[in-house]
Amino acid sequence: MSRLKKSSIVSLIKKGLRVDGRKLNEYREITIIPNYIAKAEGSAYAKIGGTLVIAGLKVGIGTPYPDTPNCGVITVNAEFVPFASPTFEPGPPDENAIELARVIDRSIRELKVIDLEKLAIIPGEKVYILWLDIYVFDHDGNLLDTSMLAAITTLLTARIPKAVIKEDGKTVELNKEVSEPLPITNKVVTVSVGKVNGKFIVDPNIDEEQVLDCRLAISISEDGRIAGMQKMGSGTFALNEVIEAVKIAKEASKTLFDKINEAIRSIRK
Amino acid sequence: MIGKIKLIDENGLRVDGRKPGELRPVKMEVGVLKNADGSAYVEQGNTRVLAAVYGPREIHPKHLTLPDRAILRTRYHMVPYSTDERKSPAPTRREIELSKVIREALESVIFVELYPRTTIDVFIEVIQADAGTRTAGLMAASLALADAGIPMRDLIAAVAVGKVNGTLVLDINQVEDEFGEADMPIAMMPNLGEIVLLQLNGVLTEEEFYEALKLAQKGIVQLYEIEKQALMRKYCLG
Repeated sequence: MSRLKKSSIVSLIKKGLRVDGRKLNEYREITIIPNYIAKAEGSAYAKIGGTLVIAGLKVGIGTPYPDTPNCGVITVNAEFVPFASPTFEPGPPDENAIELARVIDRSIRELKVIDLEKLAIIPGEKVYILWLDIYVFDHDGNLLDTSMLAAITTLLTARIPKAVIKEDGKTVELNKEVSEPLPITNKVVTVSVGKVNGKFIVDPNIDEEQVLDCRLAISISEDGRIAGMQKMGSGTFALNEVIEAVKIAKEASKTLFDKINEAIRSIRK
Repeated sequence: MIGKIKLIDENGLRVDGRKPGELRPVKMEVGVLKNADGSAYVEQGNTRVLAAVYGPREIHPKHLTLPDRAILRTRYHMVPYSTDERKSPAPTRREIELSKVIREALESVIFVELYPRTTIDVFIEVIQADAGTRTAGLMAASLALADAGIPMRDLIAAVAVGKVNGTLVLDINQVEDEFGEADMPIAMMPNLGEIVLLQLNGVLTEEEFYEALKLAQKGIVQLYEIEKQALMRKYCLG
């Protein structure tokens, strides 16, 4: 990016303005479409500005991990497809994709968004296995918040096939004719707060990402608790700045929950 | 499992007898390896970490070269015998993520612009893991960088705060990490009061988070002193 463009973005933010006319604490336009993929047990299309992410859930049966014999298993994976940005290359997930998937995984896991104990079919033997795959198709900044929106909407709207235990008491089959929602206990969103010259912005677009000194991704539950945090990028935060970022994130999370709830209501009609 | 395991006893003490705000015994030593340009060993309770620095040196492959600054390459790695169950030596997703956040923390500390067209390679090997390996690793790395004579804004001191049985505790060990409700590693440049690494794995209320920040800072001040002593033992005494 040219130095002229960089310096104009920075000086605008200094004045409390953004290149695209937003307020510092304002998200770009958000679109969420649940059940976007018919073949997936759950899915969602999420768009923030020009960033497009589609998440999908596939369900299977497997054996539980030995340390959690009475719990189902969820695996979160993220891929940045090569056409999503001129800077992305084919190959296995790089450190950015791995970090994104792990931040989302931790927030969902630690908040117990899904009651995994209810996903045991024969405790210790057979449990539901959930694969949550997050695909980034267009990169216009703030991949993390968009991916979390897609991920959580997918889980909230998924319908998984009913597990049927056969007469031998050991074999389990999935009855695709009968489906039920996932055992959900809470909702979570992630708000990325960027720091530019001591000012804070939410939802940085791709150009603003180039001028960030640093960013803090904060996961917020619907009941207002902090469900995870990750400082991303080099650069530093002072202690009082972290506290300010948390307050900004908590406020901004309300917009995201409104959008999720609106999207869910639309399919219930 | 949470709640079933008692991590704080009736006297308010932790499984290893510590008070909530108490660090584990710490040992730090600088210049422990012969070949590396800088090296350090950090021990925090049963967590033991070696770090080594090579550079500034020529980059291979050459196309990674930057004209205006040094690049920083960091590998955080756990050796197979460091854990209860053997860990495969291949880098896991966790190690790839931690290498990234550790590199980003070090990037804000090192004056990379002083060494254009070079690389500074930082290697962290966890030889025994008992929680707090990324924070111990970061301290070892910053000591190794100081030992290599690389100019930095400050040393890095780091510690993980946890929440166990509803109580905030400083410098969690493995049992507290496994059965506790939250784990928040934080690294700072103590003299500048700047945070260089911050992660939260778990759920905290806003008030608990502010308390956790305060508790971490208390530990960081103590660890910073121990780091300085370790450097002085090698460079100022005898």
